[in-house]
Amino acid sequence: MPVEGATANSPLLTVSNLTKLFGSFAACNDINLQIDQGEIHALLGENGAGKSTLVKMLFGVLAPTAGEIVWQGRNVRIASPAAARKLGIGMVFQHFSLFEALTVAENIALSMDSNISLAKVAEEASRLSHAYGLPLDPKAHVADLSVGERQRIEIVRALLQNPRLIILDEPTSVLTPQEADRLFETLNKLKAEGRSVLYISHRLEEVQRICDRATVLRHGKVTGACDPRAETPASLARMMVGSDVAAVTAEGTSTKGDVQLEARHLSVSARTPFAVSLKNICLKVRAGEVLAIAGVAGNGQGELFDALSGEYPVADDAAVQIRQKPVGTRNINARRLMGAGFVPEERHGHAAVSAMPLSDNLVLARSRSDAKAFLGGGFLNIIRRDAVAAATKRISEAMDVRKSGEDPPAGSLSGGNLQKFIVGRELDRQPAVLVVNQPTWGVDAGAASRIRQALVDLAKAGSAVLVISQDLDEIFEVATEIAVISEGRLSDPYPARELSREKIGLLMGGMYGKTEGTGAVHAH
Amino acid sequence: MGIVEAILLSVITAATPLVLAALGELVTERSGVLNLGVEGMMVMGAVCAFAATQITGSPYLGILAGIVCGAVFSQLFAFLTLTLVANQVATGLALTLLGLGVSGMLGEGFLGMQGIKLQPIAIPLLSDIPVIGPLLFRQDIIFYLSIALVAGVHWFLFKSRAGLKLRAVGDSHASAHALGVNVIRTRYLAVMFGGACAGLAGAQLSLVYTPQWVENMSAGRGWIALALVVFSSWRPWRLVAGGYLFGAVSISQLHAQAFGLGIPSQLLSSLPYLATIIVLILISHNRRTTLINTPASLGKPFVPDR
Repeated sequence: MPVEGATANSPLLTVSNLTKLFGSFAACNDINLQIDQGEIHALLGENGAGKSTLVKMLFGVLAPTAGEIVWQGRNVRIASPAAARKLGIGMVFQHFSLFEALTVAENIALSMDSNISLAKVAEEASRLSHAYGLPLDPKAHVADLSVGERQRIEIVRALLQNPRLIILDEPTSVLTPQEADRLFETLNKLKAEGRSVLYISHRLEEVQRICDRATVLRHGKVTGACDPRAETPASLARMMVGSDVAAVTAEGTSTKGDVQLEARHLSVSARTPFAVSLKNICLKVRAGEVLAIAGVAGNGQGELFDALSGEYPVADDAAVQIRQKPVGTRNINARRLMGAGFVPEERHGHAAVSAMPLSDNLVLARSRSDAKAFLGGGFLNIIRRDAVAAATKRISEAMDVRKSGEDPPAGSLSGGNLQKFIVGRELDRQPAVLVVNQPTWGVDAGAASRIRQALVDLAKAGSAVLVISQDLDEIFEVATEIAVISEGRLSDPYPARELSREKIGLLMGGMYGKTEGTGAVHAH
Repeated sequence: MGIVEAILLSVITAATPLVLAALGELVTERSGVLNLGVEGMMVMGAVCAFAATQITGSPYLGILAGIVCGAVFSQLFAFLTLTLVANQVATGLALTLLGLGVSGMLGEGFLGMQGIKLQPIAIPLLSDIPVIGPLLFRQDIIFYLSIALVAGVHWFLFKSRAGLKLRAVGDSHASAHALGVNVIRTRYLAVMFGGACAGLAGAQLSLVYTPQWVENMSAGRGWIALALVVFSSWRPWRLVAGGYLFGAVSISQLHAQAFGLGIPSQLLSSLPYLATIIVLILISHNRRTTLINTPASLGKPFVPDR
């Protein structure tokens, strides 16, 4: 169904000199942007470049400090998301604003006019979802759905408002390659109807594939507007990052030693209804090797990390082996004492206590495993502040952690710098085994490259490294072996250089290509 | 009337205030607010209902006074926790202590007075059905109200748009706010409904259960109502089952004591509480149902940003 009143020539949205200040910090500085009718427009930029701030202003979540927004030739002030929806702007957030305990239909109904009955909403939603190739069961509880399905709810919810412009914030970061293909088909359908799409991403390959124009942001400023198809990935990356990012070198990690970390038929039942159970997982990581586990979020990665690290010990002692000793029933400190190091997923609240300074965060993680270095006074276990301060300094220097002051609270560091510190905290011990979950999720390219190089270097020095990641670029940069986790099952490992992205995609989407998404692979 | 009927009647009378107070708290918690002040609101309702009945001579005005008093008293909690974002657990406990104290003070002049019992209303035809008729259709208005309210709340929560918004606020207040639902107003109203129900439960105690005023006459029923909400996994009809089960156990222990069984009376009086704990353990077994129904934002303060 084409949109009414779409006049082809005039721009749909023009943003002039838009600025947003947080205190004295300019998150968006003098932004100019124009979106035409029926185009897919990319907004490129690294984390922290100001993409989210810009779209929040367009969707009425944040109020701009200066500048103007012209919508269909009219100067507008967008005061709230409701006002944005009324104008014809729909948004699909990166972190979904869905209600887990409610059904699909109830979730959709919440964003609609109150006078439409729930049954009618369900009917309309299922009609739209079929028309755009986004199958959904209106009666399903959101808690039981995959991330891809949740995204479909968000998209259908936005489509029900019949928008002229749909903003998608990093939509493929949570999808398998096949799911992403289906999303692109949907976007092309929207474009054919004369609707416009603002597509936020930092994935150059995607942007080149589906977008007609691109606006590139860096440090809150527009650094380029171009036709992405006329550019090379390298030239786009330069606009995004400003300089060439140091490439991670994984060469020379071929010498393999003994098995240092092993899971033998590891099965763990789900702790909560929303968790995934692990089914008969077998893996081996040898000294000098980086095994990367790929997979879409929520397929058992967190549960696997918990079992390997001992955050939740398992019943079968032999199911987890560190340096060829059974440790399944041992806790995380016992495993650390045997020479293993662990970096969990969330920086704030899991890997670090945001309100505490870096030195205290260091003591919390290592007071048991490195008691000799950090504690004194015999049974009194008094913290040796000088040793802790020295170690904090050593780690910060080794990982190039940029911070204000000697020992600031963890929460005051940027995501990338805190992540560098947390990874460095474990590397500082020279662990024989390192397990790290999503090592560079949501950090900038510079920090990511630093962390990845450190992981590769650790393996080169003779440690066994297990990396759990959703980011395929990262996996191909660091891994010597790759396995894929899907619904709590782990595939066999493949040597990294023998595995294609398509093959990984098939493994991600379930077992060996028997999924709904397989048709899309052959489509391009 | 036989002994069985007498027992069943007393079970209904014992269960009604539990169902009412728990129903109010269920709605409050579905909106994401944990109000531990049920006991305090209940006893305030009891003293106001009794006083108003004594002064006006009409137990119906007494019921109204109980409801209004519970609702008004609950708004103190709402103001502290929703507007001033005070800790909900601490504020709820304070509300209970305050309610017990203030009701004792208000009720001092009414101690030992002969109360006016709320008269049952026989429903024509239905009340003539043998056994069931006198039990279910020759009851006072508060019993009828309790059943109607349970049905109404079930409809409201799961069929109406406003109820959907209320559940959304309880599940994720940030998302609900982003969709334009007024989180704070929804919670104020939910807390007020909880207070009104607790007040009505209190009125039942001082007008039906034991028509007089005694200090602390809620006697821990507010706490049992709180447990019943968890027991019901936040579903209204299950709450009725729980309330009547609890009422039955507490009445049967009284009768068991009267019959002089050779069991220590202390053990018998602890039976209802033991039963509550056992059922709570059994019910928490089905974790999926519990989690789907548990309001995820329960007890978490909400401060809108912008």
